[in-house]
Amino acid sequence: MSGEEKEYDVVSHSFPKVDGEALAKGRKVFLDDIENSTDLVASILTSPFAHAQIVDLDTTKAEKVPGVESILHYGNVPRVPHTTAGQGYPEPSPYDAYIFDDRVRFVGDRVAAVAGTSWEAVQEGLQAIEVEYKELDPILDPDRSRQSEIRIHPEEDSTGIYDPEKNIAAHVDIEVGDAGAALADADVVVTAKCKTQFAQHAPIEPHIATAHVDEYDRLIIRTSTQVPFHVRRIVSQVVGVPIKKIRVIKPRVGGAFGVKQEILLEDLVSLFALRTGKKVKMRLSREEEFVSSRTRHPMEVEVELGASKDGRLKGIRMEALSNTGAYGTHSLTVLSNVGSKTLPLYNEAPDVHFYGDAVYTNMPVPGAYRGYGAPQGYYSLEVAMDKLAEEVGMDPIEIRKINHIQEEETSPIFEKLGEGKEGTVQYIHSCKLDECIDVGAERIRWGERGSIKEAHDTEDKARGFGMSINMQGSGIPLVDLAAARLKLNEDGSFNLFVGATDLGTGSDTVLAQIAAETLGVDLDNIVVYSSDTDFTPFDSGAYASSTTYVSGNAVKKVAEDVKSQIIDLAATQYGADSKDLEIEEGRIHTPGGTIDLSDFAILTTSGELELDQQQIEATASEVPAESPPPFAAHFVDLEVDKRTGEIEILKYVAAVDCGTAINPNLAEGQMEGAIVNGIGYALTEEMEFSNSGEMINPSFFDYKIPNTEDIPEVEVILVESEEPTGPHGAKSVGEIGIDGAIPAISNAVRDATGITITESPFTPEKVWKKLQEAK
Amino acid sequence: MKITTYINDERKDFQVEPGEVLLDLLRREGYTSVKEGCKTGDCGACMVLVNGRAMTSCTLFVSQVDGKKVRTSEGLHDELAENLRKEFVEVGAIQCGFCIPGVLVSSYSLLTHNPDPTEEEIKAALDGNLCRCTGYVKQIEAIKNVARDFEGVSK
Repeated sequence: MSGEEKEYDVVSHSFPKVDGEALAKGRKVFLDDIENSTDLVASILTSPFAHAQIVDLDTTKAEKVPGVESILHYGNVPRVPHTTAGQGYPEPSPYDAYIFDDRVRFVGDRVAAVAGTSWEAVQEGLQAIEVEYKELDPILDPDRSRQSEIRIHPEEDSTGIYDPEKNIAAHVDIEVGDAGAALADADVVVTAKCKTQFAQHAPIEPHIATAHVDEYDRLIIRTSTQVPFHVRRIVSQVVGVPIKKIRVIKPRVGGAFGVKQEILLEDLVSLFALRTGKKVKMRLSREEEFVSSRTRHPMEVEVELGASKDGRLKGIRMEALSNTGAYGTHSLTVLSNVGSKTLPLYNEAPDVHFYGDAVYTNMPVPGAYRGYGAPQGYYSLEVAMDKLAEEVGMDPIEIRKINHIQEEETSPIFEKLGEGKEGTVQYIHSCKLDECIDVGAERIRWGERGSIKEAHDTEDKARGFGMSINMQGSGIPLVDLAAARLKLNEDGSFNLFVGATDLGTGSDTVLAQIAAETLGVDLDNIVVYSSDTDFTPFDSGAYASSTTYVSGNAVKKVAEDVKSQIIDLAATQYGADSKDLEIEEGRIHTPGGTIDLSDFAILTTSGELELDQQQIEATASEVPAESPPPFAAHFVDLEVDKRTGEIEILKYVAAVDCGTAINPNLAEGQMEGAIVNGIGYALTEEMEFSNSGEMINPSFFDYKIPNTEDIPEVEVILVESEEPTGPHGAKSVGEIGIDGAIPAISNAVRDATGITITESPFTPEKVWKKLQEAK
Repeated sequence: MKITTYINDERKDFQVEPGEVLLDLLRREGYTSVKEGCKTGDCGACMVLVNGRAMTSCTLFVSQVDGKKVRTSEGLHDELAENLRKEFVEVGAIQCGFCIPGVLVSSYSLLTHNPDPTEEEIKAALDGNLCRCTGYVKQIEAIKNVARDFEGVSK
């Protein structure tokens, strides 16, 4: 750590979450608690076929089911091509989705929806809908899809699809220098080609939304979402109600991880509310959440590295094939991020080529998921780095240290590749990755691994150590907007209104800490209200690791503005010069003496003030010019049972540089949660499918996310840096923790056994088979 | 059928369908700390104490709690429960908080029966409570801290 650490009063302290007590007491803060009972409930009829044309859909019988009040299907809703992706407008995803279509493209796709007075009536109504399907040949494999005659999106009104004839939703191809020539000239060339699976976010609270039309004919939507403002815009677009007539309110969200960056229920509850005039609730069951919501893009990524004999990278070629399922939501941007969030890390390589396709199939729909393409890219990249280390006879740590990006350096990739379009030039102002590597190595006992392995290896069990390094980003530069509003109350407290969306991450707390630090007041004098489109200013939403950095900068700006208003007013009141005033610990210091902010605040709204009474308040906007990456190093110590192929992780260490950790406990929590999510992704989590594309394990019993018995000892170390463009030196930390597990574990298995596992998850079967092949 | 249960020490008489699931009854009656996360007994978000034992209310029929005591997370009020809540908040063991009422029921049940659990015992007691946010690290830490203080008090 540097010697010029700043002293903070509020920031950099582990305050309890501002909503912690309400959550601990189990108060009614989630949507299903707030709207425990609504007039109507509704559910969706989903497709049993992976690919089919709906020839006829008859609701006559369903309409007669007692309690059924409204039925929606392609025949009675507007046909508006759109994307379900909650991204900044204009969205970089193709407009290839419809509220309902007469074609279904995966098992779980929407066919119709029924609203009724009880869940039982709705179920009966759904079953009474008669649908005649004409089955079409399904395409389940992306490579086959590119070469197939069968088109998944033959409709004429969809837009933004890269090549509908070849089922290619999105395509990326960028090159810096001449990677082919660099690889041909390199002393050493290694390749790695790794494949990842369909995986699910699995927040414990499934998707839920309610809607009603209020007394003033406005559509009020409450939804567990990451993107309330995008919800408002997209509902307006597809349902045909002007934005001014829509209010979207976010309650507490029971976990999201990207899956609630989609508009999945809000259009339907809105239509039902508008048609029936009643309050309607929709909630996905766990099975529906698995089958019909969103997943992570399965990919095959090939990386070819060329280096000199001393291990310095000369060229990198990275090719990605992404399966985007039935719809192209986030197809281009996730594909872009496979390269843009990984390749700048190794800026030693002057020549880099990144290209790939995101291809439609008749499979479930991937979307945004923590990491957003970076985990898929890092798998192959970091496996290849270990192979390169072995080829040139270097320690995996040393080869990374001589190749990774450093402070004040840049990478041409930043400019070439952004979120589905060109990016922006960016220099790294803060990078303590070497410190992360060193402290992580020490904690995992990297230097002693040879002797530890020797001491513990048996005929049956092999010990192994592996590592990986990663970077992510902090928001989407020059695209996303965050705004915050702050007003002073008579008692010296402040209301902080943010469009930013706390998903459980603790961002309400983090943003309040940034405001309190900037204003010079205690945290409990900041009252946060977040994510209500009528009352809070715009924020793109909680995605792309944007909240701490982007929304945090908006909060810092608005707090600076409000603070200077207070100081100016106090200076006039007390006949002093503004520059001689300061606010510290809730007190205004003037040359003539000190006054409590609470005593001054009441003057601002009372007749006691010599000058104008006024509401001190401000709104500030932030569009980030850059996206400073957090950096992390992950280390794994594990044991492979050679008899069964089972992997047991003994210890997992990750060190992260996220700038100033605004709330160290919450920053650690982001890392710990992401690491365990990453371990699940690496070892057990996989959506499995029948030959006809139907998910066969849609439950927590069969889709195995880690529980307490599955976790190893996890140690997270915050290696703080000072990011000059961040709020009080902060960068974001929401996603980066999920990037490391797959490559670090794969590299550790290789260290233990010599085999390279190139397909996740690393089930005992796969490991065992590889071990047999290697014999 | 008619059943009598004692929910959070209060006698309740219900006219119910025998096949109704306890989770649905509890939520309908306003005990909304009891969450629905899967309805297959796999996530633990609906955990309640039935005669002092932690059980998933989504896998119980209401008829199975006839004459029994049911305690939900909002019905835990004693010092141990409050200490657990305080410590969970303090160490950052709560992120989204959706799983927390269930986790607290399991933690409470554990410490009631075993005031000084080992880490393995904590993990075993919580293995039926899925949490996707925290990775369990700080939840286990919170329980350890409470157990340590609890032990200190009882000594």
